[in-house]
Amino acid sequence: MTIGILAIQGSVIEHKHMLQQLNVKVKDVRLPSNLEGIDGLIIPGGESTTMSKLMKRYKLSDELKRLIQNGLPVWGTCAGAILLAKKVTGQNPPPTLEMMDIEVKRNGYGRQLYSFEKELRIKNEELKIENFNGMFIRAPKIKPLAEENVTVLAEIDSEPVMLKQNNMLVTSFHPELTDEPSVHQYFIDMCN
Amino acid sequence: MLKGGVIMDVVNAEQAKIAEDAGAVAVMALERVPSDIRKMGGVARMTDPKLIKEIMDAVSIPVMAKVRIGHFVEAQILESLGVDYIDESEVLTPADPFEHVDKSDFKVPFVCGATNLGEALRRINEGACMIRTKGEAGTGNVVEAVRHWKSILSEIQKLRSMKDELMTSLADEMRVPVTLLEEVKAINRLPVVNFAAGGIATPADAAMMMQLGCDGVFVGSGIFKSENPKAMAKAIVNATMNYNKPEILVTVSENLGATMESLEIEILDVKLAERGW
Repeated sequence: MTIGILAIQGSVIEHKHMLQQLNVKVKDVRLPSNLEGIDGLIIPGGESTTMSKLMKRYKLSDELKRLIQNGLPVWGTCAGAILLAKKVTGQNPPPTLEMMDIEVKRNGYGRQLYSFEKELRIKNEELKIENFNGMFIRAPKIKPLAEENVTVLAEIDSEPVMLKQNNMLVTSFHPELTDEPSVHQYFIDMCN
Repeated sequence: MLKGGVIMDVVNAEQAKIAEDAGAVAVMALERVPSDIRKMGGVARMTDPKLIKEIMDAVSIPVMAKVRIGHFVEAQILESLGVDYIDESEVLTPADPFEHVDKSDFKVPFVCGATNLGEALRRINEGACMIRTKGEAGTGNVVEAVRHWKSILSEIQKLRSMKDELMTSLADEMRVPVTLLEEVKAINRLPVVNFAAGGIATPADAAMMMQLGCDGVFVGSGIFKSENPKAMAKAIVNATMNYNKPEILVTVSENLGATMESLEIEILDVKLAERGW
């Protein structure tokens, strides 16, 4: 199996290391041609404005949309979640791929100063994860736009932080910055 | 997450917008870019909070601002203002001849300059969560940026084969806990990200620092002191993303107009990189 990582900027290498530990082949995606032959794609944390602009500049957006519509499993962490959302609020929202029925508020917990770590409350036993500490950095707040389409997998303080809609997974936290591979394993299972 | 990409110096909201449009991952809010600080001389201090606020309101990417080395009150002011990162910077005139800011007292993350491994580790030990190899700011000359980054790389390389008793004396010499040095030895890199800075003036300069293994680049005077800032900003972003693809670097390097006015290091009156202890 090969999982692609959108490698414009952000926590690319951390995702790569985690996947390699789990014996998955990894491919950097910077150009549309890099999307060939991947079984899933991670859109990492980073600056959503920057990633949105460069995805457009390098003509990745349309091809990516097409692949996700055709069922390519995709996981957006933090900025990646913003880029998958149908609706984004907050200061100067960037254009997104508009794929997932979620509304995302950028920097929902405040600016950089308000980055924090907190244990997740798992909402769905499909997710075989216990005691997972979420790392939140300038994290967005996510809520489902259409409840019937979106499953909340985990929350903190009664707010969703991990959600799934068919082949799309989003987390507002950064599992790639911890030593705990269970969220990555969950995504690998989605790609199988 | 701030990793990969270009952080650009901006002196007003309009420049911040240009930086954001070009694809910068953050901006550094300043009253003057380093090349102007060099020309004007005098004491360079923290930027007026009102200007920083205007820049924070204008863009949605993170905003950084600089404090003088050791000036913990400037840092308190910037933290209270809500900037996303504080740069304790040698580009401003140092305020404390003995010590840097104790960054562990702050919640806001700090980036600090370094010219070698010991300096980088002292800053990390004080609480910096990002290192910026200093280079020589405001010169448009990349040679010092390369020197500082290569110094760090070669010092890390030397650690690999170093015996334990030598590690202890090296840690003493560097004035850092030996545990920090051991961590660097184990992971074979700095424990935090390093962005290259100080003299990056072209897309090729940026790509070179990335190929040498930096996590990103700061571009100060190189953009808004060039002939065509919009094009230069975009080109440097493109080059930083596609740093290992010469066929893309060709296209992005074309037709950018004149670079900033650049300087030889030997003729400088003040070497900013020498500030810091």
